[in-house]
Amino acid sequence: MFYGDFCALDGVSLAVRDGEFVSIIGPNGAGKTTLVNVLTGLVRPTSGRVRFKGGDVAGVGPVPLARLGMARSFQLVSIFPALTVAETIAVAVLAQLGRGARPLAALARDAEVRERVREIADLFGLGDKLTRPGRTLAQGDKKLLDVASAFALHPEIILLDEPTSGVSTRDKTTIMDVLVQASKRIGIKAIIQVEHDMDIVFGYSDRIVALHQGRVLADSTPEDIRRDEHVVATVIGKRLR
Amino acid sequence: MKHRAALALALLAMALVPLAGRDYYTTLMLPFFAYGIALFGLNLLFGYTGVLSFGHALFVAVGAYTAAYLTSAFGILHFEVILLVAIGAAVVVAIPVGLLCIRYVKIYFGMLTLAFGMLFYSFLYKFYHLTGGDEGMRVLRPTLLGQSFPTLDKVGFLTGPYYYYSLALLVIATFVMWRVVRSPLGLSLRSIRENPDKAQYVGVSVRRYRFFAFVIAAVFGAVGGALLSIPTGLVDPLLAYWTHSGNLVFMLLLGGFTNFFGPILGAFVFIFLQDQVMSLTQYWRLVFGAILAVVVIFFPHGLMGLVDPRRRAGT
Repeated sequence: MFYGDFCALDGVSLAVRDGEFVSIIGPNGAGKTTLVNVLTGLVRPTSGRVRFKGGDVAGVGPVPLARLGMARSFQLVSIFPALTVAETIAVAVLAQLGRGARPLAALARDAEVRERVREIADLFGLGDKLTRPGRTLAQGDKKLLDVASAFALHPEIILLDEPTSGVSTRDKTTIMDVLVQASKRIGIKAIIQVEHDMDIVFGYSDRIVALHQGRVLADSTPEDIRRDEHVVATVIGKRLR
Repeated sequence: MKHRAALALALLAMALVPLAGRDYYTTLMLPFFAYGIALFGLNLLFGYTGVLSFGHALFVAVGAYTAAYLTSAFGILHFEVILLVAIGAAVVVAIPVGLLCIRYVKIYFGMLTLAFGMLFYSFLYKFYHLTGGDEGMRVLRPTLLGQSFPTLDKVGFLTGPYYYYSLALLVIATFVMWRVVRSPLGLSLRSIRENPDKAQYVGVSVRRYRFFAFVIAAVFGAVGGALLSIPTGLVDPLLAYWTHSGNLVFMLLLGGFTNFFGPILGAFVFIFLQDQVMSLTQYWRLVFGAILAVVVIFFPHGLMGLVDPRRRAGT
């Protein structure tokens, strides 16, 4: 994957299996976000393929991918500030049900949408905040709402770009616990996260992919990664060893 | 409940206007009804979808010229047919214009819509044999629900059957738009207004939905245009001119684009304010410019913002 003359990703090959929680780690500029952007169809790689459910989805864009069953959340909180919690989740629920373009249907009377919104909100601990506009939520709740709206698509795979960035250390594990529980309840088959916090990475991952200068430095279990001195020196740092 | 009572009261007041016997003010209500409908469309684009059209007058002109063509050139006087053809014409024009415009946002969208409005103005102005050029075209008195009201003179027709017909259309348009903004599409449009990037990632096809909003807005514009043409009895290219689009944006800002009823309040205040200020001074545009500046600076949520503090459309 090139940006002009700069090679952002070089020979990266990654296969994610059902039930895996994969963390992508690496120093700034390693290509983590570029990799997520490629995987989620936001940018088309200069060469190579992204295969999902038997088809090449490279560069197809986020909307077709959402329909296929791949969702994403962002590093910075991305919500609809003026929409309520219920409305924010409903946008995704409607899209998933293929009802988002109905111009005259009464949204308030759609019991299925209401039920699904309630289900997702409860999973993320937002059930008592359904009528609150997103902008009025605390930062941790905004993050949860952001992720909840992605989960509302009932995806098969979800890519989380630093799911705990911008929230307090105390809230990080809460968010991750909620997220893992919710993915089990919804039936999400695989999670890929980009994360800097090594406590989170080693605490939740089944597999870790370490990137450095656009290349895969290591791709293994957390235990093997801990033992890999090159990865520890380049990516992780000795503190966590 | 309070809102419903206020609405019922406003509707009753409008229904009683012709009975007050002041024909002049009754006929002033007619452009208010027409602009109210057209502005519902413009506000679907701006207040709900977050894209501002500077060329909405194009669709008002499409509706008005449809009425002129059908009555003058083809002798079709059934207003229901005129409305249906105006809606069809608006859709036909809105599809290519919308497909091009919705690819852009912010100032680029505004400038493109302005360009298409001016393109249509030039067409109306230059294609004399088709459009009557700067002299425009006559609009003959239509029949309403098959009735021609032969015993009524023009004022009697406008302040009687046509008044109530227009009022009924405004009520229907209000109901339809109310349903649209509270529908799944309305929610999707608001998500696009708030955060188009996020909307895409939760499966909202931003361009597709913006296109739907554009076409719906065009339909409301054309219905408003057809209604507007009957009281004046004449259409001319100025209907598509950029200053007319500017007036529509002014009305929207004046009433408040952040509130569902802001556009019709804006239309009402604009029409009656223009009438009063024009009768006082020839420098009425100067006065209106000052009013616009005051509204934008001190009342960014328009007059409805003073009444209803909820800030965003649909919230």
